[in-house]
Amino acid sequence: MQLPDAEKMVQTMAQQLEPYLGANSVLVGMHTGGVWLAEKIHTLLSREVPLGTLDVSFYRDDFSQSGLHAEVAPSDIPFDVTGRDIILVDDVLYTGRSVRAAMNELFDYGRPASIILAVLVDRGGRELPIAAQVTAAVLELAPNQNIQLNRDSQGLLALSLRQTTV
Amino acid sequence: MKIHIRGGRLIDPKSGIDAQRDVFIAAGKVVAIGDAPHDFHANRVIEAGGLVICPGLIDLSARLREPGFEYMATLESEMHAAVAGGVTSLVCPPDTDPPLDEPGLVEMLRHRARNLHQARVFPLGALTQKLEGQRLTEMAELHDAGCIAFSQADAPLTDSNVLLRAMQYASTFGFTVWLRPQDSFLARDGVAHDGEVASRLGLAGIPACAESIAIARILLLMKETGAKVHLCRLSTRDGVDMVREAKRQGLPLTCDIGVHHAHLSEMDIGYFDSNCHVIPPFRSLRDRDALRAGLKDGTIDAICSDHAPVDDDAKLLPFAESEAGVTGLELLLPLTLKWARDMGVELPQAIARLTTEPARVLALNKGVLAPGLNADLCIFDPEECWKVVPRALRSQGKNTPFQNVELAGRVKYTLVEGAVVYEAGEAKAS
Amino acid sequence: MAFLSRNPQLNQHGELQHLLTIEGLNAGMLRHILDTAESFVSVSEREVKKIPLLRGKSIFNLFFEPSTRTRTTFEIAAKRLSADVINLNINASSQSKGETVLDTVDNLAAMQADMFIVRHGQSGAAHFIAGHVSPHIHVVNAGDGRHAHPTQGLLDMYTIRHFKREFHNLRVAIVGDVLHSRVARSQIHALTTLGVPEVRVIAPKTLLPAQVERMGVQVYHDMAQGLKDVDVVIMLRLQNERMRGALLPSAQEYFKSYGLTQDKLALARPDAIVMHPGPMNRGVEIDSDVADGRQSVILPQVTFGIAVHMAVMSILAGSKQ
Repeated sequence: MQLPDAEKMVQTMAQQLEPYLGANSVLVGMHTGGVWLAEKIHTLLSREVPLGTLDVSFYRDDFSQSGLHAEVAPSDIPFDVTGRDIILVDDVLYTGRSVRAAMNELFDYGRPASIILAVLVDRGGRELPIAAQVTAAVLELAPNQNIQLNRDSQGLLALSLRQTTV
Repeated sequence: MKIHIRGGRLIDPKSGIDAQRDVFIAAGKVVAIGDAPHDFHANRVIEAGGLVICPGLIDLSARLREPGFEYMATLESEMHAAVAGGVTSLVCPPDTDPPLDEPGLVEMLRHRARNLHQARVFPLGALTQKLEGQRLTEMAELHDAGCIAFSQADAPLTDSNVLLRAMQYASTFGFTVWLRPQDSFLARDGVAHDGEVASRLGLAGIPACAESIAIARILLLMKETGAKVHLCRLSTRDGVDMVREAKRQGLPLTCDIGVHHAHLSEMDIGYFDSNCHVIPPFRSLRDRDALRAGLKDGTIDAICSDHAPVDDDAKLLPFAESEAGVTGLELLLPLTLKWARDMGVELPQAIARLTTEPARVLALNKGVLAPGLNADLCIFDPEECWKVVPRALRSQGKNTPFQNVELAGRVKYTLVEGAVVYEAGEAKAS
Repeated sequence: MAFLSRNPQLNQHGELQHLLTIEGLNAGMLRHILDTAESFVSVSEREVKKIPLLRGKSIFNLFFEPSTRTRTTFEIAAKRLSADVINLNINASSQSKGETVLDTVDNLAAMQADMFIVRHGQSGAAHFIAGHVSPHIHVVNAGDGRHAHPTQGLLDMYTIRHFKREFHNLRVAIVGDVLHSRVARSQIHALTTLGVPEVRVIAPKTLLPAQVERMGVQVYHDMAQGLKDVDVVIMLRLQNERMRGALLPSAQEYFKSYGLTQDKLALARPDAIVMHPGPMNRGVEIDSDVADGRQSVILPQVTFGIAVHMAVMSILAGSKQ
């Protein structure tokens, strides 16, 4: 499968997000891929928007099966969430569970005015009623395929595909 | 009952026999060794091919827990354990409840034991009344009642003047005094050897000098009084050195170690295994190695089981709260054989530590297989391996640090005064 | 003869299933706990201090030895993880009626406990309990006799890392009654495991365990020499019983030789930090002006405590059955 160019798609996402920007907008990236995307988008937007990062490890629904993740990064929300229009950014939208966890966590910080979701890749397979408002690419993948966003030493983003044992 | 024991390897350390010899028993005594006596018709033939026949083991310390501690074990169960371990004579310490400081109690115990028709019991009498370390007991009366020597068991005797007088008095009658060398103040509250392991585990320690200081006091009082002393359960390198030197000087001193101390060290406590909670404690590897060597060169005269059955509940507690003690009657022989193999000691020398040497300490004409003497025998398979399963032990004490360990050396038959009191493979009713 | 079974703190996947002692845990595991604790610090700074990680889990505080501070820290940490907490002061009720430790534990396990936080006066008590509970129950040692206080040790390491960043270039001195201190033992294991090149203990001979140098520490009896060029000074609490037990003559003499004053602190590095696992005896082991001074990090230790406890409970609860 020919994977789309992630760097080009970031440009697309930034363009598609322009209409949503307002006085109360904030950008929140989900660790780890979503943070890389949010940082790039942040530089591309026409106005200066506060940037935060979110690690959803403590809000996941699979704690009992999988335990605590090996790498937990601290969430960093350096602004008051209450009344804000949050643009939540993630790399891959799949089952929708991570986004559910992210929304739960955001609500523990305060009461946002609105949340929209911007993703690089929507690979289908939703298990919850979650949808993205901005999507750079829609890909159809088998359950045993894993798509991942990577960042090289120069800071350039690229997608890769991997076979997993289901 | 006439018994012919056929085809076994007879090891009798006293006479030096280590060869294939048949043994003939009648009327409770050995009547011949080697060739059958004229007109001998055996009622029973025991096939002893591949087995060792030796004098019945003499255990210098086994707690029977009666009277007073029947919730831990009873005479029946422990005597049964003894013969299952090949032990035909055993010495029991006086720390029963009440302690053995009255002739009546001693007689009752011996009477009870005799009626079980198992091993012969030689009680130690209390050295001081109630073992309190203040007033002397009626040693002459106790001796007449059957006490073989006098001891404080584990109870401290801190007043040196009382110890002096007790030794003087005992020595008046030629009685031996059995003493545990442990300074009670230095050992107070201690539950493990005061060294690296106790420090890491945060357990209160008993320093090695608790033993050497006590030995020093005892040796000097021996010189003062001329008393004969047997030191019970050495545990330190320094202790072995002091005994070696005292014997070189000709002092009338003998000593023993518990067989577990020939194998285990403080390292075996592991993650607070309360089965390793014993007094004296398992000490450093250096101490253990000195004990092993001292047993080989004869500085340590005898090896005993130091059998102390403890009920499960008393061991199922955090280390320092658990009751000290190991169960040992059924492990005495295989653990001694293991020591012998590890140290390159020949089988007859190893068996001597369990037979002729304890007999010498007790000044008894036992531990010998010869015509005319009581037929107290142990017949065992030195090669047979078995796994130590606490539940399967006959003793009510299941408290052993050797659980699930495979040991070589299995008793097949035990005879006391010519009667087969134990036979492997069946639960022999007493 | 007795073979050492595998580390009772780890399950067969090598994950932490009990926290009983720092001894036997490798540097990677300790760093994992500290890193996880760091993520929990930000939770404590939020408006909503709860996260749903341990929702539905029951955590029982089994304190056979009373302690308000430690118990409260565990309780707050557990509640921030949305767990249900039940406090039991055992000494009061059943123990005096003769109920054994195991009876108590069995009764509680039957009440759907997921985790026991155990504090007991006997060394080895936490190991003992961990060896007897069913596999799905996790045990955290909140202090057993003189043996270990792993969460305090971890908290102290967190504090050191917070102020000093690295372990590999530090000199750390632990001053006081090491003999009776479970905190000191845990600290020593943690410091040596994390690669601190010089761990010193400073105390009179009567307050040091036998062969303590085998634990990887350097022994000093002279505080002036022991504090020289040190980066971290940890002061241990001195208890009154030590005077009664023929280990020390008086608190005054102890303070003179081993108490931390400004003068003595000046011998350490200028940016040295002073820690005390608490509670403090002002004027016995530490002077008030040092305790309240700019080099003391005693108060922040308390804040970090909750995050460290949250990290420990989360990691244990997340290990596979």
